[in-house]
Amino acid sequence: MTARSLNSTALKQQERMEQWTLLGLAIPAIFVILLVVIIPVGWLFYLSFIGDNGQFTLEHYQKMVEYKSYYRVFLNTFKVSILTTLICIVIGYPMAYFLAQLPARWAGFFMLAVLLPFWTSLLVRTYAWLVLLQRKGILNEFAMDIGLWEKPVKLVHNLTGTLIGMAHIMLPFLVLPLYNAMKKIDRDLMQASANLGASPAKSFWQIYFPLSLPGMVAGSLIVFVLCLGFYVTPAVLGGGRVVMVATQITSILENQFNWGAASSLGVVLLIATVLVLIIAGRVFKLDTALFGKG
Amino acid sequence: MPTDSALPIYINGLTKKYGELFALDAVDLNIRSGEFLTLLGPSGSGKTTLLMAIAGFNRPDAGSIQFGDTEMILTPPHKRDVGMVFQSYALFPHMTVAQNIAFPLKLRKVTEAERHQRVEEALETVQLGGLGHRHIDQLSGGQRQRVALARAFVFKPRILLMDEPLSALDKKLRERMQIELKQLHRQLGVTTVYVTHDQREALTMSDRIAVISDGKLAQVDTPQTIYNHPANGFVADFIGESTILPLNNDSSGQLSFNGQHVQSQPADATHRDWSLVIRPERLYLSEMSDAPGRHNATDTPLALDGIVKENVFQGETAFVLVTIDGGHEVSVRFGTGSMSQAGHLQPGDVVTVYLNRSDAIVIPTGDH
Repeated sequence: MTARSLNSTALKQQERMEQWTLLGLAIPAIFVILLVVIIPVGWLFYLSFIGDNGQFTLEHYQKMVEYKSYYRVFLNTFKVSILTTLICIVIGYPMAYFLAQLPARWAGFFMLAVLLPFWTSLLVRTYAWLVLLQRKGILNEFAMDIGLWEKPVKLVHNLTGTLIGMAHIMLPFLVLPLYNAMKKIDRDLMQASANLGASPAKSFWQIYFPLSLPGMVAGSLIVFVLCLGFYVTPAVLGGGRVVMVATQITSILENQFNWGAASSLGVVLLIATVLVLIIAGRVFKLDTALFGKG
Repeated sequence: MPTDSALPIYINGLTKKYGELFALDAVDLNIRSGEFLTLLGPSGSGKTTLLMAIAGFNRPDAGSIQFGDTEMILTPPHKRDVGMVFQSYALFPHMTVAQNIAFPLKLRKVTEAERHQRVEEALETVQLGGLGHRHIDQLSGGQRQRVALARAFVFKPRILLMDEPLSALDKKLRERMQIELKQLHRQLGVTTVYVTHDQREALTMSDRIAVISDGKLAQVDTPQTIYNHPANGFVADFIGESTILPLNNDSSGQLSFNGQHVQSQPADATHRDWSLVIRPERLYLSEMSDAPGRHNATDTPLALDGIVKENVFQGETAFVLVTIDGGHEVSVRFGTGSMSQAGHLQPGDVVTVYLNRSDAIVIPTGDH
C-alpha cells in the first residue's frame, strides 16, 4: 500500500499548483480579449437588432436582402479582395522564392526591405501612393517622359489605384508565411528530384510548388480576410468610387447616423469572414498550414 | 550478372576549391563496372564533394568524369541517369510510398501498368511489400531508408550512389542493413559508390575502399589490403584501432624497436624513417591461455615488457592498456571467454606483450 502511495498526495498537490499558476498567467490575456473583442462584438450584435425606436427589429437585415445596393457592396468587397490577393500571389510568390534561395545573411537584408513598409504608418503609405499615382504624379510624369503614354493616365481615385495600394500594403502578409513554408522545404528534395530525372521546371511544379502550397494558402487567406475589412486605402485611393463594406459602414454612420444599419453590415461581414476561414480550413487543412505539422 | 547493368566511372584530375581549400585535389579514380566502392574519410575530407560531383550537384573547377565512354562533366544532374540514396532520404513528403517510387518511372514515360508492376517488385525487393499506399510520415526510419533505396534503383540506373544512407539508423538496424545492401548490390549488379565515415561499415560492405584525406586519395584497395597493409600513417590510423611506434633504422637498413629486430627496410624505400603499426587484436599477453598456440613455429615474436595501466571490459571484448619500456602505451584486445586469464590483470601488474613479426606493419613515418 505505502509502496505506491508514498508522497502521492503532496505530488498531486504540487501538480495542481503548477496548473493554477499557468492559468494565472493567462488571466490578463483572457481579460483583454473579453474587454476588446467579446464585449464589443456582442454589443455590435445587439445594436444590429435595434430599430430607431429602440425596439427589437429585423429591419436592418431585411433591407440588406431587399436593396440591390447592399448586394453590390458585398460583391465589390469580395471582388477587390480576390483581385488584391491574386496580385499579391503573382508578385509575392517569386519574391518569397528569391528570398528563400538566398543565404541567411542576404535573406535578412532583403527581408528588411519587405518589412520596412510594414513598420511605417498605413496612412503615410496610402498618401504616398496618392502622390505617386496622381495625374501629375511621379509615375505619370516619368511614363510620359519616356514616351510610354502621351496623356496622363488615371491611376488613382479608381479601382486601379485601390488595387495598387492594397497589394503593396498586403504583400508582407503573403510573403512572410510563404517564405516560412519555402524555408522548410529540404534542399535535398530538389536534388533528389533532379537525380531521378526531373528537369528544373518539372522539379518545381511537381515537388517545390505542392510543398509551398500550404504557406501560400495561409498567406492568401490572411491577405483576403484583411482585405475584406480594409478601410483606409480604399477610402483614400478609391476616391469614393470603390465602395467596400468598411467604407459603406462609415458613410452610413456619417450620413444617417444609423448605428443599427452599420452594425448589421459589420455582423454580416464578420460572419462571411468566419465562413471563408472555416471553408478554407476544411479544404486546405488550414491548421497545418498556419501552425505547422500537428 | 548481366553486363549491361553496370557502367565503369573514370575520374581524372577532378579538382574543386572552396575558397583557398582544396575539397578535391586533382583526384584520379577508376571505379570498375559493377563494383561496390566506398569513399571513406573523416568529415571534411572531400568524400561527399566527390560523390556530389559524380551526381552532378556541384560544379568542379577542373577535371573529367566519364561514365563508360561518355564524358559527363557538363551534363546536368537530371540527365545523368544515376540512382542516389540521400543521407536524409529526401523522400517527397506529399506523395505516398508508391508515388515516390513511381516518380522516376513517370518521368521516363513508363506505362501505368508496367509502372505499377515495377513499383511492386521494388517494394518486394526491399521487403516493404504491401506498404505502397502508406504516407512517408507513417514510416519508421528503417522503412524510409528502404523506400529511398527502392526509388533509387527502380528505374534501373547503371550507377548507384549512396551518401551515408545508414547513418540515421540505430546500431542493430544499421548492421542488418549493411548485409542487406551488400546482397542487394550482388543482385542488381550495379556500379555502386558509397560514402561513409564509418570504417567498420566500409570494411563490411565494400569490394574496394578509397580512403580520402584532405581532398586526396590516401589509398584505394580491398578491405583486407587496406587493413593489413595500410599505405601510410593516415590510413593506418584511420582504419581500425592502431598504435604507431617509431622504429630505429640502423646504417645497414635494419629496422628495430627497443633493440629487437623487426624487419629489413623495404628495398625500394625512399624514406629513412619508419614506424611500426600495431593492431590491438594482433598483440597477446603471456597471461592469455591460448597464447602459446599463437606462437609461430618459425618466428619468435617480439616481446615487450611493460606495466598494466588499465583493464577495460567492453562485453564481447576487453582491452588492457600497457605502458611498455620506453614510455609508449599499447592496447591489447582480447576475447572475454572463460579461457582468458587476462581479465584478472590489475593496474600495476608486470606483463610481457607479444607480437608475431608477420603481424608487424611497417609504414613510412610522417607520411599523412
